[in-house]
Amino acid sequence: MDSSNIRNFCIIAHIDHGKSTLADRILELTETVELREMEDQLLDNMDIERERGITIKARAVRLKYHAENGEDYVFNLIDTPGHVDFNYEVSRSLVACEGAILIVDASQGIEAQTLANTYLAIENDLEVVPVINKIDLPSADPERACNEVENIIGIPAMDAPRISAKMGTNIKEVLERVITDIPAPKGDDEAPLKALIFDSYYDQYKGVIIYCRVKEGHIKAGDTIRLMATGAEFQTVEIGYMGAKELVPVGELHAGEVGYIAASIKDIGDTRVGDTVTNAAMPCDEALPGYKKVNPMVYCGIYPADGAKYGDLRDALEKLLLNDASLSFEPETSVALGFGFRCGFLGLLHMEIIQERLEREYNLDLITTAPSVTYKVTLTSGETVTIYNPTNYPDPGLIASAQEPVVNAHIYTPSEFVGNIMELCQDRRGTFKDMKYIDTNRVDLHYVLPLNEIVYDFFDALKSKTRGYASFDYEMKGYEPSKLVKLDVLLNGEPVDALSFIVHEEKAYARGRRLTEKLKENIPRQLFEVPVQAAIGGKIIARETIKALRKDVLAKCYGGDITRKKKLLEKQKEGKKRMRQLGSVAVPQEAFMSVLKLDD
Amino acid sequence: MTGIYVHVPFCARKCPYCDFYSAVPDKNILEDYTQALVRNIREYTSKGVKADTLYFGGGTPSLLRPAQLDSIIRAAKDTFVLENAEITLEANPCTVTSEKLEAYLSSGINRLSLGVQSAVESELETLGRLHSFETAKKAVENAKKAGFENISCDIMLGTPGQTLSTLETSINSLLSLDIQHISAYMLKIEQGTAFDCDKIRNSCADDELSAQMYLKTVEMLVNAGFEQYEISNFARNGKRSRHNMKYWKGESYLGFGPSAHSFFDNVRYFCPGDTKAFITQKTQPRIVQEENPDKLEEYIMLALRLSDGIGFEKLTALGGNVNAVVQAARTFEKAGLCSISQDKLHLTPQGFLVSNGIISQLIDSAES
Repeated sequence: MDSSNIRNFCIIAHIDHGKSTLADRILELTETVELREMEDQLLDNMDIERERGITIKARAVRLKYHAENGEDYVFNLIDTPGHVDFNYEVSRSLVACEGAILIVDASQGIEAQTLANTYLAIENDLEVVPVINKIDLPSADPERACNEVENIIGIPAMDAPRISAKMGTNIKEVLERVITDIPAPKGDDEAPLKALIFDSYYDQYKGVIIYCRVKEGHIKAGDTIRLMATGAEFQTVEIGYMGAKELVPVGELHAGEVGYIAASIKDIGDTRVGDTVTNAAMPCDEALPGYKKVNPMVYCGIYPADGAKYGDLRDALEKLLLNDASLSFEPETSVALGFGFRCGFLGLLHMEIIQERLEREYNLDLITTAPSVTYKVTLTSGETVTIYNPTNYPDPGLIASAQEPVVNAHIYTPSEFVGNIMELCQDRRGTFKDMKYIDTNRVDLHYVLPLNEIVYDFFDALKSKTRGYASFDYEMKGYEPSKLVKLDVLLNGEPVDALSFIVHEEKAYARGRRLTEKLKENIPRQLFEVPVQAAIGGKIIARETIKALRKDVLAKCYGGDITRKKKLLEKQKEGKKRMRQLGSVAVPQEAFMSVLKLDD
Repeated sequence: MTGIYVHVPFCARKCPYCDFYSAVPDKNILEDYTQALVRNIREYTSKGVKADTLYFGGGTPSLLRPAQLDSIIRAAKDTFVLENAEITLEANPCTVTSEKLEAYLSSGINRLSLGVQSAVESELETLGRLHSFETAKKAVENAKKAGFENISCDIMLGTPGQTLSTLETSINSLLSLDIQHISAYMLKIEQGTAFDCDKIRNSCADDELSAQMYLKTVEMLVNAGFEQYEISNFARNGKRSRHNMKYWKGESYLGFGPSAHSFFDNVRYFCPGDTKAFITQKTQPRIVQEENPDKLEEYIMLALRLSDGIGFEKLTALGGNVNAVVQAARTFEKAGLCSISQDKLHLTPQGFLVSNGIISQLIDSAES
């Protein structure tokens, strides 16, 4: 097909503004999926994606569209994650497109993610096509939404299609706009191959499947490709494009097309998102710009609740890693929790998703430690160390200075909540940068916040302080000096390494007090009194006492019915399985999570 | 030696806290039931089993006429070798008269267990008991007069409305009766009983008060010369309940009657709780619960109920890890929950109060 009849585009939107629903309607209208096979959120095929209504992994699908001008077009719709954790992946997916449909909810207007993703699209020279969705809602105000797009983003929007993806209203207009407003791909089909990897996943039979956009040149099965970041070379076995439900092999992929490459690649680490694929026999001079290795932002310890399942956990992590090169993990040992892994994630959502997938798809019972960010500590010896695990935080006497990561955070909110949010940000050690009015009653609050302060429950706190009206987005800013201390927890006088965390000096006392209270609530009474203490460098700063259990006895002998007593013992054993024995104290798994919820 | 248990699942009135198998009897059922018991005992397959205890439990066994009890005892004597047997009858203070008591004695019954429960009238009423403390006192006096030298009374702790001071009154009243054995049970509200409701629950002692009541009871009884030989049982002059000791020492016992449990030839089994079926069937069915139960586990579980505790020699013989047990028990000892000597360990009254947790932990240690 002539590349002038190809359109490569993605859909960007704030969560719940209707991205997946519009994608469903487009699939239906282009008859890519037969109606009887159609199901909601077709492209989000992971259970977690459907339940949470989010897109975690990028996907692509090729559509055929017979336009009103009588010509046939090939559309490549690339569905991208919308969440900040996956910003890098999003930006690479965008590079694979020439345009983006920007969905704005007619009743909500522009939200934090709308803006963040639109700016990403504009930075990547994409043509942005605004679409106003949910016009069927009684509270819809398409006029206002259009105004916001024009005023805030600065692109014309008055003639933007006004649609209802849910009801299927005006979807065709969107497709026509794709043809008229989004440019056809350019690229020299005869030049050396230059294809951008925007996603990859592991297929048990074919090895790694690379999703790519051919920018220059062409590729056919049998060609030997080179992945430029790693230099690794592979012979392609199969190439093709993405149908709605399966891969469709073709002979060649040409400049401007979106498709997949299978080359019996075993290690997904070789096929990094953002890397360039070229032909080993006739390589291009330089790789496409913008490739970078993404580093985890948030770490936590993951342990099997049942120590015997360590091997299963390792296998499960390795399998997840096959499909998720941004996950990192290495073995670690905790005195309290035994053998487990320190895992690195792109952000909190990413962490939650991995935990949930481990528990659901691999049927594992996990204990996770509080999420932590990475700190940079300069020692008195002059050496600088990076701390991934609070347990390894150096003794206060050895620290010359410490730095913690901070983010640029934007909060979009109705102006009535500004006071609440400022209070929250202040409390989270935020530095106010500026405040812009989006329209008469909505503002964009810009704060610099320590990442450490938002990894716990910032988003929940924000939602509760704004009745769910505020939206929030952030990007890494860098490291800044900070006065940090390590808070240790002692149970019955014994330190519990898995409960240690790093906190700003000024908040240590309050956190220590709250933590000991929480632990007291979460640890059941034991057979004897158990002190719960919080300490900084050996100095106790808070103490609570878990009182001793007073009565737990089967007083009667029930006429020789011994089995009754045995059943009771069985029950106790079951209960114990959900506990971790830390020295002489049995601690339920929830106690380890209580550190996460100190602010409710 | 084996113990024989005979269950009598009838009561003049069902107590609101009771979840034992029992019902108010129809007119002729007592005679039919007696015959069924006699038939079952007489047709018991392995003859010549040596037994030294016979225990009538209920229900209210004293609802049976003395002649009925006598025919059952005779059946037992004909079937088993009953030597110097302790023959216990659980009795309701209301149902025993001097004539009956004398008849019991002449049938061979030599131990009476009376469900006194409390000496405070309002508490007795809440418990749904038909007797007053005066009646109970009279029953004990009559029994002594008739010649009973081994009388036990039950008392309940933590019942609705009970306080530490009413408990003291009850215990002192009981002590004034000069009896040999006392069973003191903490009330446990069982699912499905009339007591299983919030109103009752809220009027009962909480765990803290229950614990105080229990410790108070132990203190008072020990001061009065009783030996606490089991979590809930106290005896004077060596008059432990020989029958109940069998349960705790892992010895064998044969149960007759619906819902009666047996442990014989290393099998734990019971007869289903269906009185009608028991009467009509030729012999009672046995539902096997466990064959060859884990001896180590049972030993720890049962022996720790006794003040004798667990012996390390026996523990080793059963394959238990004594070192691990002692190590785990040290923490409990520090908290005053058990006491460890050269060759054994036993729980203290404080330990008895939380024995479920201790037992399950020590079993884990022993099996490690």
